[in-house]
Amino acid sequence: MATEGGHGTQTSGEYITHHLQNLQVCKNEAGEWVWNQCAGNPGAINVDSMFWSVSLGLLFCISFWLAARKSTSGTPTKFQALVEIIYEFVDTSVKETFHGKSNLIAPLAMTIFVWVFLMNFMDLIPVDWIPAGAAAIGIPYMKVVPTTDVNVTFGMSMAVFVLIIFYTIKYKGFLGFVSELTMHPLPPPRKGWGLLAAPFMIAFNLILESVALIAKPISLSLRLFGNLFAGELIFILIALIGWWQLPLHFGWAVFHLLIVTLQAFIFMMLTIVYLSLASSEH
Amino acid sequence: MDFNATFWGQTIAMIVFVAFVMWKIWPPLMKALEERQQKIADGLAAAEKGDKKLDEARAEAAQIVADARKQATGILDQAHSRANEIVAEGKADGTKERERQLTAAAAEIEQETNKAREELRGQVSAIAVASAEKILNREIDARQHEDILGKLASEL
Repeated sequence: MATEGGHGTQTSGEYITHHLQNLQVCKNEAGEWVWNQCAGNPGAINVDSMFWSVSLGLLFCISFWLAARKSTSGTPTKFQALVEIIYEFVDTSVKETFHGKSNLIAPLAMTIFVWVFLMNFMDLIPVDWIPAGAAAIGIPYMKVVPTTDVNVTFGMSMAVFVLIIFYTIKYKGFLGFVSELTMHPLPPPRKGWGLLAAPFMIAFNLILESVALIAKPISLSLRLFGNLFAGELIFILIALIGWWQLPLHFGWAVFHLLIVTLQAFIFMMLTIVYLSLASSEH
Repeated sequence: MDFNATFWGQTIAMIVFVAFVMWKIWPPLMKALEERQQKIADGLAAAEKGDKKLDEARAEAAQIVADARKQATGILDQAHSRANEIVAEGKADGTKERERQLTAAAAEIEQETNKAREELRGQVSAIAVASAEKILNREIDARQHEDILGKLASEL
């Protein structure tokens, strides 16, 4: 497919690189907005990632809003029933794990689950369809799966990270947050000659706990990114091999369907777990 | 793979979407589902109550039927005894009537007999007078000999 892709002669390497390139816009050093000359520019925006991510988010919000607006205690429509099933699923997951009372966590979990699922689901659209369509109307690059963009997954996990810190401080106070970082896992001695060792132990605890804290958002986002990026890459590789791609693509898509759902669920579940850890006493 | 402003864009988008879900999606869903839960619970309770009421009504109906049956049996018994009574009364009346008629008939017969006897007696006495007239060949004053004739007749 690669050599017949409509871009003239193209090697496999070029085909793969092309598929993994975001459509970017940024302000260059001369102060002009330019397309696709943004390597290394921290102000660049991946237009395709943002477009698909926001579109899918809007699709989720609007369709769920329409269902929620009409939802009554009477007989539900089919879509409303689907929304209610997702509601029950999220609600059960939250209630089983998070024992405090929060108006934020359940909606957050639902947004993460459905939105990440929809973004992951873009992976199952054959890899050439949307980029080829975009090329036909003059858009050179189009990466359609937002969760294969590390910016997107980090953007979400960072919001969760901020919430983790916020919940820790809200439930344990600022001092509680600090002591959580410094007093575990080695409680420093409080009297006698042992006091001399206390600063070292506090420093040790701080390093250990900071790493543990920072590892949470990083592992959360890299897990999602890695799974989806690898899946996307395999779809691209499968697309390179000619007619035999059809059964292979089907097989991988079936398997990937599992990953798509599972990764959305894991992201949601870990968010709930982190927030419930942040808000519960040891 | 580079980090760039997409990161911030995604974070802002996420905050907006979560806020929207908190504001417009989660609460109505929660309300609807809780209401439905309540409705189902009420419905189940009502069904149970209805069942109980039905059972009660069944028991009541059975009671009423049993009462009615008892009453009907009573009425039937009463009717039977009344009928028997009527039959017995009729029988008694019949017997009385028969006796009355028998008595009347007997009286009548006696009367007739007596009448016939009187008649016969008269005739016999006339025959006897005629026979005596013929025998004696002379006229007997009937008025003078009435006591004799009467005696004769009573002996017949």
